[in-house]
Amino acid sequence: MKLLKNNKLRIGYIYAIAISLFLIAAVLGILLGATEFKFSDLLTVIQKIDSDSPQAKILWFVRLPRVLASLLCGAALAVSGAIIQGVLANRLASPSIIGVNAGAGLAVTLCSAFGIAGGWRLSLFAFFGAFATVMTVSFGAKKWGASRGTVILMGVAMNSLLGAISAAVITFVPNVSIMNNDFKIGDFSGVTYIKLIPAALIIIISIIILYTLSNELDVLTLGDENAKGLGMNTGMMRTLFLMLAAALAGAAVSIAGLLSFVGLLVPHAVRRIAANEAHHLIPLCALFGAGFVTLCDTFARIVFAPYELPVGIIMAFLGVPFFLFILNKGKGGHGRA
Amino acid sequence: MLEIKNIRGGYFKKEVLHSVSLGAHAGQVTAILGPNGCGKSTLLKSICGILPVISGQVLLNGENLLALSQNQIAQKIAYLSQSKQIPDITVKRLILHGRFPYLSYPRRYRQEDFLAVKKVMEQMKIMELAEIPLNQLSGGQQQKAYIAMALAQDTSIILLDEPTTYLDISHQLQILQQVRELANSGKYIIMVIHDLAYALETADQIVLMQEGLVVMQGTPEKIYETGILDKIFDIKMARVHIDKQWHYFCAKK
Repeated sequence: MKLLKNNKLRIGYIYAIAISLFLIAAVLGILLGATEFKFSDLLTVIQKIDSDSPQAKILWFVRLPRVLASLLCGAALAVSGAIIQGVLANRLASPSIIGVNAGAGLAVTLCSAFGIAGGWRLSLFAFFGAFATVMTVSFGAKKWGASRGTVILMGVAMNSLLGAISAAVITFVPNVSIMNNDFKIGDFSGVTYIKLIPAALIIIISIIILYTLSNELDVLTLGDENAKGLGMNTGMMRTLFLMLAAALAGAAVSIAGLLSFVGLLVPHAVRRIAANEAHHLIPLCALFGAGFVTLCDTFARIVFAPYELPVGIIMAFLGVPFFLFILNKGKGGHGRA
Repeated sequence: MLEIKNIRGGYFKKEVLHSVSLGAHAGQVTAILGPNGCGKSTLLKSICGILPVISGQVLLNGENLLALSQNQIAQKIAYLSQSKQIPDITVKRLILHGRFPYLSYPRRYRQEDFLAVKKVMEQMKIMELAEIPLNQLSGGQQQKAYIAMALAQDTSIILLDEPTTYLDISHQLQILQQVRELANSGKYIIMVIHDLAYALETADQIVLMQEGLVVMQGTPEKIYETGILDKIFDIKMARVHIDKQWHYFCAKK
């Protein structure tokens, strides 16, 4: 009984930390940057919602969309990573590693080659790019009985192929390359509402649906045969999960480009400190992912202010050592999902 | 009465089972024996609809279970696969997933499900493991947790694929004792097991398979006495009578 209480208490604390991180990151993200706001400025601007002051413009059209974008992308990629890891029963999988982000990236590159820079069409194409890649990897893994290591290799191969096609598109349509560098590494500097709104809706709806499917995700991770034995249509469920994971990754890529490591780092961290049970894993990944990416983005904006680093650089600096740490632990390749 | 009638099945287009028929009774342990690759596990998966059959029926008191949906089958047959993932969810959560077939979207476990889980944990004597993550337990405890999940499924039929594999002797005996108790509570237990001596000592009925066919079905004594086990497994079996019970031994021929 004591253990039960402790466990519940521990999860409670972790939720409190996650929510605090989310809120602090959001507030700091709005206040800090090349132009710094005080908290009182923020209140003034909010009270005079139709104000034409430069501060109000910065707040409503620069800071707010940017913070919303980083919160949403962080949440989307972290949850997408947790789902992909669960469905492929592979802890080393994540949207960026198995090529899902690259698939969405190719779709976005193609879109910009054809002059689509935002809106529903961009999100939709990004989703198709991500979904086609994740289904290819998942189908290959199932068809050839590929081991967990092979799935990662397939993902690496897909990453190279899709990256090469993107590079080819950029060679033939040089205009696309203007946004290419920041896009490859992940960046929130060009966020506009027209890009943000469709992706935001997709992300919020997908995370809510995934939360309602948390028991299904747990059962799927018991292995195909046990899940079927519990009456689950595993083929349909796996496709549904991968579709939602692709929707999340695609939406995030359509806003911020190829942000890597969030989808790997956050689910791993949450699993280690909190829980593997999907009803905790999904909301905690969303909160920590959102908080982490937003803090990284704020840091990227202020560290060399008024110059900005793409957020991907900051995240890679944090993500790579963590990834090596996981490899070093030796559990990843044989990780039990 | 559970009747498995003329099951033909296998993987993709390869037929592994060639018209397999057998019968099982409530309250009895039926052990399926046979050399590697003879179709034992395939048969279990075919019975519970995990593998689609080419033809055949699984009749429980006259009702063909294979005509039901996967979810409906899961309310009548619990199946424990030989290969299990060991996620680090708590034992309680794992057992709770045994209630999965009884819920529809969005599946939120109800008070009665939590009560059922508590009852099963008491029955399996694993209350103290409730909040411990599965991957922190020993192999024997993990197997008990999985059996508890199958119990929480509250089905009249339980299929176990090699429930004692990878366990030490003490845990093997504990698991077999629990299998016996499950049968005593009135369930149909069908298990695939490699250890001939355990099978003969635990089961009420033995089904002997070879190359996708049932070669013989009968009580352990009858099967032993025909000498067919010696032939099929190319071994020499012996038995001694201790404490009013037969104990079996295998040796190289």
